[in-house]
Amino acid sequence: MMKERKNRYTSLSGLEIDQVYTSDHLTGWSPEQDLGRPGAFPYTRGIYPTMYRSRLWTMRQFAGFGSADDTNQRFKYLLAQGQTGLSVAFDLPTLMGLDSDDPRARGEVGYCGVAISSLADMERLFDGIPLDQVTTSMTINGPAAVIFAMYLAVAEKRGIPLHHLGGTIQNDILKEYIAQKEWLFPPEPHIALIVDTIAYCAAHVPKWHPISISGYHIREAGSTAVQELAFTLYNGVTYVDAAVKAGLDVDTFAPQLSFFFNVHNDFFEEIAKFRAARRLWAREMERRYHPKNPRSLQLRCHAQTAGCSLTAQQPMNNVVRTTLQALAAVLGGTQSLHTNSMDETLALPTEEAVTLALRTQQIIASESETVNSVDPLGGSYFVESLTNRLEEEARDYFRRLDGMGGMVKAIESGFPQREILDASQRYQHEIEQQERHIVGVTDHMEPERRSIPILKIGPEVEQEQVARLSDLRKSRDPFKMAGSLEELQAMAACHQSLMPALMEAVKAKATLGEICAALKEVYGTYHEPVVL
Amino acid sequence: MAVATTPLRVLIGKVGLDGHDRGVKLVVRALRDAGVEIIYTGLHHTPEQIVATAIQEDVQAIGLSLHSGAHNSLLPRVLELLKERGAGDVTLFGGGIIPDDDVPRLKAAGVQMWFRPATPMQDIVTFVKGLQIER
Repeated sequence: MMKERKNRYTSLSGLEIDQVYTSDHLTGWSPEQDLGRPGAFPYTRGIYPTMYRSRLWTMRQFAGFGSADDTNQRFKYLLAQGQTGLSVAFDLPTLMGLDSDDPRARGEVGYCGVAISSLADMERLFDGIPLDQVTTSMTINGPAAVIFAMYLAVAEKRGIPLHHLGGTIQNDILKEYIAQKEWLFPPEPHIALIVDTIAYCAAHVPKWHPISISGYHIREAGSTAVQELAFTLYNGVTYVDAAVKAGLDVDTFAPQLSFFFNVHNDFFEEIAKFRAARRLWAREMERRYHPKNPRSLQLRCHAQTAGCSLTAQQPMNNVVRTTLQALAAVLGGTQSLHTNSMDETLALPTEEAVTLALRTQQIIASESETVNSVDPLGGSYFVESLTNRLEEEARDYFRRLDGMGGMVKAIESGFPQREILDASQRYQHEIEQQERHIVGVTDHMEPERRSIPILKIGPEVEQEQVARLSDLRKSRDPFKMAGSLEELQAMAACHQSLMPALMEAVKAKATLGEICAALKEVYGTYHEPVVL
Repeated sequence: MAVATTPLRVLIGKVGLDGHDRGVKLVVRALRDAGVEIIYTGLHHTPEQIVATAIQEDVQAIGLSLHSGAHNSLLPRVLELLKERGAGDVTLFGGGIIPDDDVPRLKAAGVQMWFRPATPMQDIVTFVKGLQIER
């Protein structure tokens, strides 16, 4: 035998990879039980029978920077370039439920996304965009219910019936405690508020996805593919459990749940992850809740290429990385996709960079002919074996989390946080030991940094936002505004549905920060158990 | 002749609203393994809180992690507060994603060192251990 280049081959997540895969790797695996047909249980091959032959994935580039007007222009540009859905990135103060004029917001307004503090900001953000014809995804978690109330209020003002609205709010607080770390309230009231939005959508906004249960940020925080899969799906089960305990029939809301995964560098492992996710979700939903509607068993998902895989060195290489990752998401059967722009490790993307990222998806869709057959890798010894491994290892985590008394208790004890930190340290160690290679960083380095143009946000964004908020506070009826907040607090204190009161508060020109502060008085705030 | 030194005490923290703590936690682990005494603040600290903790804990250096783009306002504010509170001798360094052009500007303002993504961990450890020798 020829000597191999390495003693041991492992996937990016550390799974041992054999030289060649044969039927021996699939002992006990049954094509009928474990694979099935696309669009049929256990959905390993995809949630629709015809997949991209009928409808391509939604090309949805995450966008948001500066003021509502700046982002509105970018949205219109992206729609004109053939993008098929909108996705809003909010700035950090907005994500933390703070107004642009809050002292803690200083220096952060409009930087990592768009600044939205009031209903008026939301109206400007969607000015001229037909809300009944596009679908809008909003990456907002802690204050998700408030931002959603603003969106609904904009539609109401324009006379668009709520049942015509389609889109998603991320609204996944568990992964905030685990990974992204932008929270407002403690877990118990936060989960109750999420269940409230789920119930409200089931009754009034049936085409809306009230939650996008997200592994993306867990992966970015350094987890393995197995951990991303396990913690995300376990979070999903936690929300379903809470909703069922609150008295909702699983079939009234489960078809509207959606998921959001990262798509990283290990091509086959990522494809297997999407397939394992669908199968594991279908099996767990079936086993735990016995839904009558098959759509309650189907895992729908959005995917985004891995931001943490981008490098500042030789940034044009990022286009190639992103292309491979995007192809894995497509072969994995995603329902929508964001492709990162090459400059996103440096700043928010320029118009040129985001156009190239969108073109990457369009080339895969139109030119690569990879969309013609559903689940083209189904039946591959290697891919099926990896799919089995990922499902089994995720199930191990399920058992451990069950044993800890559920995800909230596990988070309070620091378990998922520590697992992720340990995995990220292992990866760092592998890079430093030259066991893993990054082109342009560990290998094939260039002495000079290549620079590409980047988007800069000026201080005027913050100044203008602060001025607008000052005008808003002067222009409103203070008694009506204060009354709406008191009503909201009363509803929160007696665990009533908050959505109608939130809509009244935003229409009375209460700001995001004021509403979140009022709710914190009732719910309290979250203090992180620091895991090192 | 070797002089007996007190162990180096360094505050490592997150300033501003960004929640990206993957990198900073690895730095904390590496510095602790290298024998540096670390006070880690956790997330979402204001410059005022950072400086108050630094003075209370009597640290020789502050290392801040920031990926939000707010470095140009938050880091000069930390330096200003340190001077106001008579702690201008505390070394400020940091790391995170910032545009190339901003590094010289931060250094001119008094940030002693800025580590960018993909910096080998050993470089950070060597820098921090070097602070002890300088004293």
